[in-house]
Amino acid sequence: MKAVDRRTFLRIAGMSLGAGALYRVAPAWASDGPAAETARRQAETNGEAVTPFTFVQLSDTHVGFAGPPNPTGTRAFERAVEIVNALPVQPELVLFTGDLTHESEVPGEHAARMKRFGEIASRLRAPARKMVPGEHDAGLDGGALYRSVFGETSYSFDHRGVHFVALDNVSRAKPEVGAAQLAWMKQDLARFPATAPIVVFTHRPLFDLKPDWEWFTRDGDAVMAVLAPFENVTVLYGHIHREDVRRDAHAVHYAARSLIFAFPDPAKAPDKKPVAFDQERPFRNLGLRTVRCGAAAGTSPRSVSCEEVELSMRRYSGTEGFAQVLKPSSL
Amino acid sequence: MTSAARRTCLALLASLLATGAPARGAEPRVVEIVARRFEFSPALITLKKGETVTLRLKSLDVTHGFFQKALGIDLEIEPGKVTEMTLTPLTEGRYLTICDHFCGSGHGSMKLTIVVE
Repeated sequence: MKAVDRRTFLRIAGMSLGAGALYRVAPAWASDGPAAETARRQAETNGEAVTPFTFVQLSDTHVGFAGPPNPTGTRAFERAVEIVNALPVQPELVLFTGDLTHESEVPGEHAARMKRFGEIASRLRAPARKMVPGEHDAGLDGGALYRSVFGETSYSFDHRGVHFVALDNVSRAKPEVGAAQLAWMKQDLARFPATAPIVVFTHRPLFDLKPDWEWFTRDGDAVMAVLAPFENVTVLYGHIHREDVRRDAHAVHYAARSLIFAFPDPAKAPDKKPVAFDQERPFRNLGLRTVRCGAAAGTSPRSVSCEEVELSMRRYSGTEGFAQVLKPSSL
Repeated sequence: MTSAARRTCLALLASLLATGAPARGAEPRVVEIVARRFEFSPALITLKKGETVTLRLKSLDVTHGFFQKALGIDLEIEPGKVTEMTLTPLTEGRYLTICDHFCGSGHGSMKLTIVVE
């Protein structure tokens, strides 16, 4: 039998359910085949068997927003929660990538919207929920209200060998991370080997997707420079209210659809105007595809369509990969 | 000065005026822009390629940004102050300038188009 070396393949596969994006993290021996079986037995012998885990990204719920592009308010968000709860394999974590709420300058109203967001999010069965703010959550007051309700706007944690970094590029009012957060991020990542899987979740794109539409981060290049030494980097973000996938030399960037209204393709649309509400398909272009609002009696829900989105999938090398995967979760 | 030299000087001066280059000592044209939640006024300005202008901006309420990457515009407009920058656009086109300092629910609709022709 051919000896299996200590390399392992950490496979991160994402599926866009229409209810956000579902990511599965699994070692390569989760696949089938003789080599996989050998790897599995070897892992068990070495005490390194790891079970896969899944997590979900939801974004731009804008609780409190009500307007022509979406008169249904939180219905899409609530439906997304139902869909996630009905998944055959429950995610261990749900990440929210900003604009949880829509701001209000009426005294007490924004806090009420944050409370409402929390109520809906608490219906998720997933044991852990983590979030970052969007500019609508934190842009007007530097994040003060957000912090009082949800906690810190940037932080990190580990789960089953994946290091998650929550990055705030909205609280400074300008689309930027800032020098202090960059320094923190560099220090936070210093203890990891180059092969460690890193998932950065933030609100705005970390590259110049469309600066004229404020779809960028001013110091995004500096953030990516901090991440450059790492081979397995995935960036999850929201803000643009549409799906997008971009690969650069060091990372793959995934944007999630919103749960309020969609923006058009900037390559085709002259203006950044929300896609019009479709009364026949009220959740069209949102992160949700299975429910028809106001459907006639007896209409069956449409099936969920899934997209396999492969996140940074590079080879692990040496035993560092095993050690990363076996580290206890700090969630 | 001979009449020929005088004619040459006059022709040169006329040429300079025709290209829009300021005569020695002349200040650049000033374009006044006002920012308020949630609009820039005027919403469109037209500049000539190669013309040096001074953008003079003020805010009537809160801090606004004024950002256009291709033209190298990156300003903060604070209320109670006048913010100025000198600009010499070198390429024709339409440039969308945005507020990139979050200022409230209508922030995304704050834009000014700079036409360079």
